[in-house]
Amino acid sequence: MKEKITGAEALMRSLEAEGVDVLFGYPGGAIMPTYDALYDHRTTLHHILVRHEQGAAHAAQGYARVSGRVGVAIATSGPGAMNTITGIADAMIDSTPLVVICGQVGAAMLGTDAFQEVDVISVTQPISKWAFQIRKAEDVAWAVSRAFYIARSGRPGPVVLDFTKNAQTGMVDYEPARVDYIRSYKPVPVPTDDVIRQAAELINQSQRPLVLVGQGVELGNAREELCRFIEKANMPAGCTMLGLSALPSGHRLNMGMLGMHGNLAPNVMTNRCDLIIAVGMRFDDRVTGNLDTYARQAKVIHFDIDPSEINKNVRADVAVVGDCKQTLVRVTELLAEQKHTEWVDGFKPYRQEEEQKVILPAIQPSEGPLLMGEIVRRVSEATHDSAIMVTDVGQNQLFGCRYFRFSQGRSIVTSGGCGTMGFGLPAAIGATFGAPERTVCLFVGDGGLQMTIQELGTIMEQGAPVKIILLNNNFLGNVRQWQYMFFNKRYSFTPMLNPDYEGICRSYGIPSRTVTERAELDEAIRQMLDTPGPFLLQCGVKEEDNVLPMTPPGANVDEMLMEIK
Amino acid sequence: MDCDKSKAGQCGDCESCGRCEKAHEGETLYTMLIYSENFAGILNQITAVFTRRQVNIESLNVCASSTPGVHKYTITCYCTEEMAKMLTKQIEKKIDVLQAHYFTDADIFILEACLIKVSTPLILDNKDVSRIVRMHGARIVEVNPTYSIIEKKGMTVDILSLFQQLNDLGVVLQFVRSGRIAVTKSTTERLDKYLEERLREKC
Repeated sequence: MKEKITGAEALMRSLEAEGVDVLFGYPGGAIMPTYDALYDHRTTLHHILVRHEQGAAHAAQGYARVSGRVGVAIATSGPGAMNTITGIADAMIDSTPLVVICGQVGAAMLGTDAFQEVDVISVTQPISKWAFQIRKAEDVAWAVSRAFYIARSGRPGPVVLDFTKNAQTGMVDYEPARVDYIRSYKPVPVPTDDVIRQAAELINQSQRPLVLVGQGVELGNAREELCRFIEKANMPAGCTMLGLSALPSGHRLNMGMLGMHGNLAPNVMTNRCDLIIAVGMRFDDRVTGNLDTYARQAKVIHFDIDPSEINKNVRADVAVVGDCKQTLVRVTELLAEQKHTEWVDGFKPYRQEEEQKVILPAIQPSEGPLLMGEIVRRVSEATHDSAIMVTDVGQNQLFGCRYFRFSQGRSIVTSGGCGTMGFGLPAAIGATFGAPERTVCLFVGDGGLQMTIQELGTIMEQGAPVKIILLNNNFLGNVRQWQYMFFNKRYSFTPMLNPDYEGICRSYGIPSRTVTERAELDEAIRQMLDTPGPFLLQCGVKEEDNVLPMTPPGANVDEMLMEIK
Repeated sequence: MDCDKSKAGQCGDCESCGRCEKAHEGETLYTMLIYSENFAGILNQITAVFTRRQVNIESLNVCASSTPGVHKYTITCYCTEEMAKMLTKQIEKKIDVLQAHYFTDADIFILEACLIKVSTPLILDNKDVSRIVRMHGARIVEVNPTYSIIEKKGMTVDILSLFQQLNDLGVVLQFVRSGRIAVTKSTTERLDKYLEERLREKC
């Protein structure tokens, strides 16, 4: 039964048909007809008014990452759309399903440099999975359904819908659409039995296998399948930053984080193993270091859903292109049970060395100012390792990833590929809507917090229960560390004069506390967690602390610095 | 602009000139045949893949294919085979691209064309012109007192040879060469197979 409605109303019904219940957005001229329609749907489509469109995109990312659903952001044309760009690029490189809907000038005015007109499609095409301009109301139902299908299927990613004003106001005989097939798009390739057999054979022959766990395992909801896979052949594993919660931190085969600031053992063993089994990871330079010396002695099996990731950075001997939820099971069936005792035990000395030289001094210091590492570990313990950790970017992120522990999936939200400062606060807001039953802890530095600090307004208005742990060192800490190490200690514009953060919190009505003494730390964390709703815990930390160990940029993966001379 | 092949690599401007083999050492001229749905903006997406990977497009032709609603892109570029593989995979990743494959000249039938506008008074003065035109199997398609138009179809080298020889005589007013068009020598039609397979999967 067809019904004549506006394009904007068709958008609302299409969003409801996709199961959307939360949108993050900011109104403006060219999107006003959509906001007018939204007013009638405000009970089913819960709209969160952010304080800047960048916040809408990052909040939608946070929502998507913890819930596994598509995050939705809305903005107006021109500057509104442009402010979402960073979030779109971030979602693209970190494979986050997002639909960004922005207003656009009327189709008749396109190309005339009309007020608030920007060529959004051309700008977003290279940084999105799909970008489409809706120029007439008749296209709304189809375009929205196609957008959600593309965003969530295969390797997820952001989709942009550029919604012209005339298409919002135009009338249409609305008929719901359901796109679940696109002729030119095969989201989930299925590998042949031959490929599965080859992969299993390589694993069965291997004496020293090492599994690299990436976010693909979470995206494919394959945490259990991964555990059975590594347990059957008793294979040690390392996780990428985005893959940290794909394998419980306490799992006996979890050897820690890979990469530049990861753990010593998995990095050293990368260049000693005879087989790399990469699952849903893309061999980013922050993981591999110098590619010329990376795991040259090893054969490589690469599980990925995206064919274009195969042989991009590291050549694969066997490429298992498909959905790891299925492919891991198929390979596991053919695996021989193995122990690899000597190989697994070989990780211990490196774990002990790192524990003594780096970890204990970072999480159990006996004197001196508070350290970021100890704060992260205390918060993790206080939440029984079951909270969602959101981070900003920089030292807060690296210490967070090193010392927070994870027992559940979809528990880490961080800007990995893009390294977007300012991501943390809005992403944490999104996470509280994506997983309302869970505790959301944000580690953020004084630099990154100020990049999107206006979102404290959103937290205030929504009462979003974000536990903000501000690691304040009065520096842009990670850049300062690099200046110390690689730029002759020339601290070019990294010291920073900070405002009174508790004063800011008071203005927003957000409870806060500052802690500088070790003796008060646990009690302050308890207060933060026990206070209903949002809380900002400002920790005055050591100003010039360094994240260690470290593989310097371009160095070999197994050459980690344990100290800075 | 002029590149003397006997002095290949000596002009010192190989990268921007690109007209002698020296500029493409270790690389092969690949022809990419790409099929997409007929949506606006796909050409942009395809060329952006080349730009990101710092590969220059040598020639480009876009037209409707023999399959209704499907567009065919014929793009040539110099690169390594590894890069050609990477480029085609990244192009095929675009949602509305159906297929992308790369070929060497041995795998395809190729055609290019050119038009050369020459000065009529100058060619009347020069007896070599008609010899060169006949030698290259080119046609004169327009003659008027001011200018004449020469048309030539064939392979890149023949077309460039014709242009070079006429240009050396100083009679050329304008020169334009078309993008390459190509069909595969293969006995199976990959696009048809793909479309049939997808249709089966849909049902």
